[in-house]
Amino acid sequence: MAEETPIALELAKRQREISIASFFEKNRHLLGFDNPRKALLTSIKEAVDNSLDACEEGSFLPEVSVEVIDMQNDRFKVIIEDNGPGIVKKQIPNIFAKLLYGSKFFKLSQSRGQQGIGISASVLYAQLTTGKPARITSKIGEKYPAHYYELHIDTQKNSPEIIKEEVIEWNKEHGTRIELDLEGSYQKGDQSIDQYLKQTAIVNPHVTIIYTNPKAEQIIFPRATEVMPRKPVEIKPHPHGVEIGRLLSMLKFTESRTLQSFLTSEFSRVGPGTAKQICGNAALLPNTKPVDITREMAEKLVQGIEKTKIIAPPTDCISPIGEDLLEKGLRKEINAEFYCAVTRPPEVYRGNPFIVEAGLAYGGQQSAEEGTRLLRYANRVPLLYQQGACAVTRSVINTAWRNYGLSQSKGALPIGPVTLVVHIASVWVPFTSESKEAIAHYPEIIKEIKLALQECGRKLASYVNKKRKIQYESKKRDYIQMFIPHIGEALKELINLKENEEKTVEKLLAEILEKKRGKLEQIEAENMEYDEDFAKIGKTEYEEEENEGEEHEKE
Amino acid sequence: MRVKSMKKSKQSDVAQKIVSIAENDVYLKIKKKKAPELNMPLRALSNVKYDPKEGFFELLGKMKERTLTASTIKTFAQTLRMMAHAKGIIESDDITTKREMYYISKNWAEAAFTEQPESDTVMDDMEAMMMVNREQLGFIPEEKGGEIAGKLIVIDRDPDTGKEIRIDCTKFGSGAYSIPITVEHLKFETNAKFILAIETAGMFQRLLKHNYWKKANCILASMGGVPTRACRRFLRRLSDDKKLPVYVFADGDPYAYFNIYRTLKVGSGNAAHINEYFCVPEAKFLGVTPQDIIDYKLPSHPLKDIDIKRGKDAIKNDPFVRHYKEWQKAINQMMQMKVRAEQQALAKWGLNYVMDEYLPKKLNKPDTWLP
Repeated sequence: MAEETPIALELAKRQREISIASFFEKNRHLLGFDNPRKALLTSIKEAVDNSLDACEEGSFLPEVSVEVIDMQNDRFKVIIEDNGPGIVKKQIPNIFAKLLYGSKFFKLSQSRGQQGIGISASVLYAQLTTGKPARITSKIGEKYPAHYYELHIDTQKNSPEIIKEEVIEWNKEHGTRIELDLEGSYQKGDQSIDQYLKQTAIVNPHVTIIYTNPKAEQIIFPRATEVMPRKPVEIKPHPHGVEIGRLLSMLKFTESRTLQSFLTSEFSRVGPGTAKQICGNAALLPNTKPVDITREMAEKLVQGIEKTKIIAPPTDCISPIGEDLLEKGLRKEINAEFYCAVTRPPEVYRGNPFIVEAGLAYGGQQSAEEGTRLLRYANRVPLLYQQGACAVTRSVINTAWRNYGLSQSKGALPIGPVTLVVHIASVWVPFTSESKEAIAHYPEIIKEIKLALQECGRKLASYVNKKRKIQYESKKRDYIQMFIPHIGEALKELINLKENEEKTVEKLLAEILEKKRGKLEQIEAENMEYDEDFAKIGKTEYEEEENEGEEHEKE
Repeated sequence: MRVKSMKKSKQSDVAQKIVSIAENDVYLKIKKKKAPELNMPLRALSNVKYDPKEGFFELLGKMKERTLTASTIKTFAQTLRMMAHAKGIIESDDITTKREMYYISKNWAEAAFTEQPESDTVMDDMEAMMMVNREQLGFIPEEKGGEIAGKLIVIDRDPDTGKEIRIDCTKFGSGAYSIPITVEHLKFETNAKFILAIETAGMFQRLLKHNYWKKANCILASMGGVPTRACRRFLRRLSDDKKLPVYVFADGDPYAYFNIYRTLKVGSGNAAHINEYFCVPEAKFLGVTPQDIIDYKLPSHPLKDIDIKRGKDAIKNDPFVRHYKEWQKAINQMMQMKVRAEQQALAKWGLNYVMDEYLPKKLNKPDTWLP
């Protein structure tokens, strides 16, 4: 035994840094590429989310074209093109072919993308399944050239590998275009590209999407308003809710020379007074150099922050969809008889401000026997997968819908002709995983969602009650009216009325009845905004198609 | 005692009254764009009072209204249609039985009566509204009016010739004279001392078989349960005309006391509008009283739930019982005894016991009767 080399030396030969790219190569499901169907959707979703974020950041009314071409043998070519501000030449390879590269991770503002993983993961997925490079074209202004790149990701180094780069003619003022070849499967139905784009259009009325599906059918979702949503304001993190790891990396990268100035410049709502208080509570000197702060000291700092009373973070950094637009979106998609929407005031979880909005469409053509349809959104992005794991679903289940006239079994979504929409806008939406499919169960968030749903529920209940009353009243009137001809007939015999006098009696009786009982209120107004063709988009054409694509989600 | 003959409106007057209601309360109101309404006295125990000087249940002022509301529109239409029918039969000098009226309504589609009690109710309401009796409206009941035997001659008329017919009620052998549906035109001759009104046909038969009327010098009347209007009116007229007391001999239970005897004597809540003519205020309850059950050691049955309820209701709500302490005492006694007895229970002491012992004894002791 003694002569043998220790096994650890042997093992050490195989121990080395794992590149993030090779990690995700093995764990693609974490990013939403679990199966071909979902992978196709995720790739498009990441590209579209990026395009919309870029357009809004550049204050351009977004116009995004999405083209999916069936290349046979389960391969698809996906082309997404936007009219955004474009990307400078130097950054193109990094943005598309380096994971965890981007601007959004380091700032707090309400945007669709958060981590800088999405689009490069799509590029990686395309590379892994077809071996073909991603083709990127980008142009930042009329007077600038359009740059064309063919990119691979070096998975070992997590760095871009440029296959080809050139300047090309591109007949567009500015914008970005990405073309990917990847393995996938195209299906209609609830979790389809069509559905995703439609739901995106519903909550982003300022966006035009031109979509060409694999059957070469073009669907245009034209923008409904020229008004851009209020531009989200970037905020610094709020001290409450900051975790030790984040704090350490902030300490490492800060340009501040003292702990006090670090606190005042890197966090929101911290002035010199508060900073001193924090330092006092953490038993650290305000003039400690950030670089000198050890892990132990950082832990004390976190405790110090927790002990200190700090004003809540600013909430004007969030732009909700708004009650009107939310309701309008519902009206377009669902032919119901009653709609309502609620935007809650901003709230804070772990130092992050957020707003919850909820909408509800009741009755009409919706089935009364099926479970409620639930549409979830986070920062204007539809969430199509992992409904069961989402805080939104939990909140819907935990709301007592029976109080509002729907039936509901314990631990289940309510049953009834209802579609619910829930939107969470935040500078940092807490997802349960990198694939951004479900919102984590923060009690503050669940509470807000429930409050929004309850408000919708109360509106629904008052509508349903009113409707019931009117129906009852209308039934009574019909009943009374049924006997009016008998009164006419009897009077005819009793006092020898003529035919026309009898008719007059009946007419007068109807008038008296109306006067006595008041005008019958009309409650079921026709929904003029309902768009049948729009509503059809993304619905399954054939039953078996849906069953094939059925996915069983388990935690 | 007030002797009153029924107001006799001429048929044409009644028809005029119907038309006037239809015109004033309904048609003219409609022309003025006002909701038409028909108002009629509420026929219920809660809307009657009992005054022994008057001798019958009199209506209080409560009215019910039928108009264009969901709960009254159907009966409103039905009442009008029935008024129209009544006007028709009065004008053509025809009659309609209560059952026929129910079937005629089947032509009225959704305004048809589902069951006959509904049409009977509307008919009674019409009487109350117009303060006439249904015969004047051309409606006649289906049921028979009771039977008479004993020392009485009824003077009727031949329907064809109008000639007087003398009916001797002693000459029916083991049968009896049947009271007709209308009795207003009858005249009477008698030298009997009293009328014995009997609840059951069985007891009537027993007394008839042994010519009890001869022995007791009386007139026997079989009511066959709750007396019909004709029977009540017949006994009233006979008793008024000939100044004869009426003694009621019925079972010893709450039904006999309040549904049969009380209705005969003072009328009912339901028919409050016509009680004045259809009651026999001078009637007395001879037996079977709760005390009789003890005194004559009668075989008894336990009170049924419905008996107990009737007894309690009577004490609480019946203006007649509330007026007479004797009745309250009797009912409380029965409630305590928890038993009831049928009149035929007297047969326990022998078939003729009722004639030889019970009735003579009771007739001699008015203090054992109930008012």
